[in-house]
Amino acid sequence: MTETTQAQTTQAQPTQAQPTQAEVSAEIEAEEQAYAARPAGTPAETATRRGWGAYRSSVLRVPRNDPHPVDPEGVELWAPCFGQRDVDPLEADLTIQGRGEPLGERIVVTGRVLDGDGRPVRGQLVEVWQANASGRYVHQRDQHPAPLDPHFTGTGRCLTDQDGTYRFTTVKPGPYPWRNHRNAWRPAHVHFSLFGTDFTQRLVTQMYFPGDPLMGLDPIATAVVDPAARARMVATYDHDLTQPEWATGYRWDVVLTGAHRTPREDDLAAALGEEA
Amino acid sequence: MTATPPTPGPTPGPTPGQTVGPFFHDALPWPGDAELVPPGRADAVRLHGVVRDGAGDPVPDALVELWQVGPDGRVVQRPGSLRRDGHTFTGFGRCATDRAGSYSFTTLLPGPHADGAAPFVALTVFARGLLHRLLTRAYLPEGRGGTAEALAADPLLSALDDAGRATLVCDVDGDALRRDLVLQGPGETVWLTYPRLPHGG
Repeated sequence: MTETTQAQTTQAQPTQAQPTQAEVSAEIEAEEQAYAARPAGTPAETATRRGWGAYRSSVLRVPRNDPHPVDPEGVELWAPCFGQRDVDPLEADLTIQGRGEPLGERIVVTGRVLDGDGRPVRGQLVEVWQANASGRYVHQRDQHPAPLDPHFTGTGRCLTDQDGTYRFTTVKPGPYPWRNHRNAWRPAHVHFSLFGTDFTQRLVTQMYFPGDPLMGLDPIATAVVDPAARARMVATYDHDLTQPEWATGYRWDVVLTGAHRTPREDDLAAALGEEA
Repeated sequence: MTATPPTPGPTPGPTPGQTVGPFFHDALPWPGDAELVPPGRADAVRLHGVVRDGAGDPVPDALVELWQVGPDGRVVQRPGSLRRDGHTFTGFGRCATDRAGSYSFTTLLPGPHADGAAPFVALTVFARGLLHRLLTRAYLPEGRGGTAEALAADPLLSALDDAGRATLVCDVDGDALRRDLVLQGPGETVWLTYPRLPHGG
């Protein structure tokens, strides 16, 4: 299949060049089996595969060379600083951006952002974006014929608190079709953008929902071939987060890697404070 | 409502990255995101380039982020990147590529972060098709904030061949600096990974 210059989620028109889900699933399964049969003692792959042929958009975009190892220096050992000046607390509620209530299952999504040592990542920016409950984005290129919701833009921001906790109120996104292969459907997901305590921890990822039958069929989610690592992208339903007659709740923690400059207490003051 | 208190447990593993996808435009860009300083400022400099794929085609749906020290070489730790006030330099910027695959930042030249160090800005690239973010550096060229001595002494640049070095050092492009970002193939940018540092110090 040739690379499309724009991502289009309009209903796929079958073409001879488009592989079927069965063909793509066979590619995914072959990689999974090869991984499962790796020699004993081989470390688990915690990271997403760099190249993943089942994800057709990656073919011309993923670098061919391995990344070059380097010691972080200067600005790389720090992260940009965001404060109350940057983010209004109301931006964490994706259900109040229109004039009325968005359609769909209202959910609370919360969790902690931690570094590789389990330390909270405090005062840092978390950004999210997602499709609406029908599986459509507010985006000109998304012409998937599902209804747009006038009361849902699907974008939000917040800062992590002193405990590293973020929290959003939103609606559960729907799955949607895309043109990776014939009858390809993305599992429901929320996109997350996260900053850590140093720039080497910068992460963009996706949160998936438990029990989604599409996840194992998805060329993007399965680019994380290790089952335990893949499970780290799946939220947990947490009934304690539900709000009576209002919302169900999901919990999802994010762990950032990177060079791990040891943060000092005054970093937190800098991160949370405005100009003194 | 009070959330359940977090339960301390075994340290979980790192969360894998995923592609930014094609629909980030309503969430991640914001007015003034690529203008770290106003374009009319006397010491403003433009850093721009084109993001290209393995076929040499421009990538119109990439997102480039820039993070840098100030002209004094010091790390800036000031909020305000998302609400530009026209005078606070925060060191962080973000730019979605346009239909021609171009990105462009208006910023200040970073100073050396240590004596004799070669000044650079840190860049990260996200795009549909990239399964996780790519990190690189854009060094200031000789005569535009860089010096031949500092560039020659730089540990990263010294470890690369000429072709690799050329992908990391900006070209002088009139009044601007130019740094194309090649995701794959001929002229592929040297993308970086940061092995974990010993910590506790």
